[in-house]
Amino acid sequence: MSVVTAAAGRGSYRFRRLARAHPVLCHVAVRVALGIVTLWLVSVVIFAATQVLPGNAAYAVLGRSVTPQRLHAVERLLNLNRPLVSQYGSWIGGVLHGNFGTSLANGESVSALIGSRIVNSAVLVVAAGVIGTLIAGVLGMLAAARRDSSFDHGASVIALGIAALPEFAVAIALVILFSVLVLHVLPAVSAIPAGTEPWQNINELILPVATLAIVIAPYIFRIVRGAMIEALESDYVEMAQLKGLSRRRVLLLHAFPNALPPVVQVIGLNLLYLAGGIVVVEYVFDYPGMGAALVDAVSNRDIPVIQFTVLVLTAFYVFVNITTDIISLLASPRRRVAG
Amino acid sequence: MSARWEWLALLGRAARTQRGAVGLALAGSVVLLAIIGPFVAPHSPTLSVTGTFVPPAPGYPLGGDTIGRDVLSRVLAGGWLLLAVAAGATVLGVGAGVVVGISAAYLGRVSDGLLMRIVDVLLAFPPLVFALLLLSVLGSHVWLILIAVAVSHAPQVARVVRATALEVCERDFVRAAELLAMPKRRVMAGEVLPNLISVVMVELGLRFTYSILIIAGLSFLSFGIQPPAANWGLMINENRIGLAANPWGVVAPIILIAILTIGLNTFTDAIARTSLGVERPTEQFELAAAGIAAGATP
Repeated sequence: MSVVTAAAGRGSYRFRRLARAHPVLCHVAVRVALGIVTLWLVSVVIFAATQVLPGNAAYAVLGRSVTPQRLHAVERLLNLNRPLVSQYGSWIGGVLHGNFGTSLANGESVSALIGSRIVNSAVLVVAAGVIGTLIAGVLGMLAAARRDSSFDHGASVIALGIAALPEFAVAIALVILFSVLVLHVLPAVSAIPAGTEPWQNINELILPVATLAIVIAPYIFRIVRGAMIEALESDYVEMAQLKGLSRRRVLLLHAFPNALPPVVQVIGLNLLYLAGGIVVVEYVFDYPGMGAALVDAVSNRDIPVIQFTVLVLTAFYVFVNITTDIISLLASPRRRVAG
Repeated sequence: MSARWEWLALLGRAARTQRGAVGLALAGSVVLLAIIGPFVAPHSPTLSVTGTFVPPAPGYPLGGDTIGRDVLSRVLAGGWLLLAVAAGATVLGVGAGVVVGISAAYLGRVSDGLLMRIVDVLLAFPPLVFALLLLSVLGSHVWLILIAVAVSHAPQVARVVRATALEVCERDFVRAAELLAMPKRRVMAGEVLPNLISVVMVELGLRFTYSILIIAGLSFLSFGIQPPAANWGLMINENRIGLAANPWGVVAPIILIAILTIGLNTFTDAIARTSLGVERPTEQFELAAAGIAAGATP
């Protein structure tokens, strides 16, 4: 909250009064403003990495097959012949007006190319997020309720093991188990036919969703377990137990709500992880989403597509970060009142 | 002077715990294999010496890969560069993060705000995506991978270090050093840093694991260390199509990476438990690194 107070200290009297009257509202406003500034700077970094770094972007795109005519064509497409500020201006201006440029690989507009892929990736992230959180959350609560039982120890060791595994290892282990060597029940490649939505192809979704859910589960498990243990050791839980309330009632209605803030944070953290995790998993399963698009674009040096996909992924990151922060603020009364 | 030995003492204490010993043994055996591997490989890791995806046979205990190279030789030769780049990126990234974190905490106000805004911006990039962004135009180079991974670590380390350093900077011995008119740089290096050793050690362990995962991931996406040189991440991807014929080309590197990262994670956990005395250390660090820990100020 230091920025709020600092800003209030420097700001006008009216702002200070507003901050005192509506601490939550003020916090939200500051977070959103900072988020917008962050996103703007992120766009500068993306632009710098793709169009300013030494090594002319046009040469990078064309590789060895460079002719003066094609070089000129690409330079005009990327505005490379104009000053840097003007290059950046026309790119970011286009983005703000919903014009994301044209793919260098096939001449299609980036929005047509990426539009459906955003939906596909979103389905993957939401499904993996919900399933991973639910399973890990329930297991974490059970482990906390039976602390130091063999179930607790077993689950904790497995969580530590899985947490260290790279996502491609999990993905390929699942492919080996379910589509190639042991069983042959699920497709190893998740091509979603054009024109159909991902949820119409459940079989294709199972392995990529399972991979991501397995990868995020250990973190959620460990946080839920830790937060629940802390809550179960508190005075109010002891009080509830002494009142003779049922074990389940104590667990769900008394302990769990107090374990929520850290849980909200770890869910946010895992959504943030998923923004990067989809890259490898979509590539493994050839799933037509943002991550696979980014990998394709990088191997084709398709700069407009790279810029747009990275911008979307980072915007998602900033958005989740702000949302998590606000929700966990609202979920913890102490911080809510303290402003 | 004593700070120099504190690092080793910390590692020793962690290694003597049950958890630490197991982790060190797992990770150490894979590191050893990667280092001596290239010298004991029975065949050339880059020449075709057997058939495409032939199953294990005498002389070729793990069979052949996608173009008939010996899988065992490629496994033995394919680890050291991955580990070397990961170690370099970790040291560089954690070093930069420590400098930024302590500076932000100690110098305060303007520097703090400025440095933390930069950290926020870099944090918005998922590490793998950031590496892909850098490699997209400059092409794939070992030094660039090292820098990309280091840059994606630095902001996370900076956040964690800053959070701990803020408390240290309030202590009396720091005030005392200031009253003696000690230069700021010496206060930061000589008074603040030695009190952050356990935090930095835990960060080194965590970040080394992540470096391995990111670099192996990049190689898996075929943007890493370039073929035909053997490399565990690349091998997994190359030999995926032959899973049914000879799974070893995929399974062997996966097992090695898994043993290595599980071992490192376990050992890091042991360091955190012995030196910081926390029960679920790694998550606290990761939450702090993501900037959404409870009470994290914007």
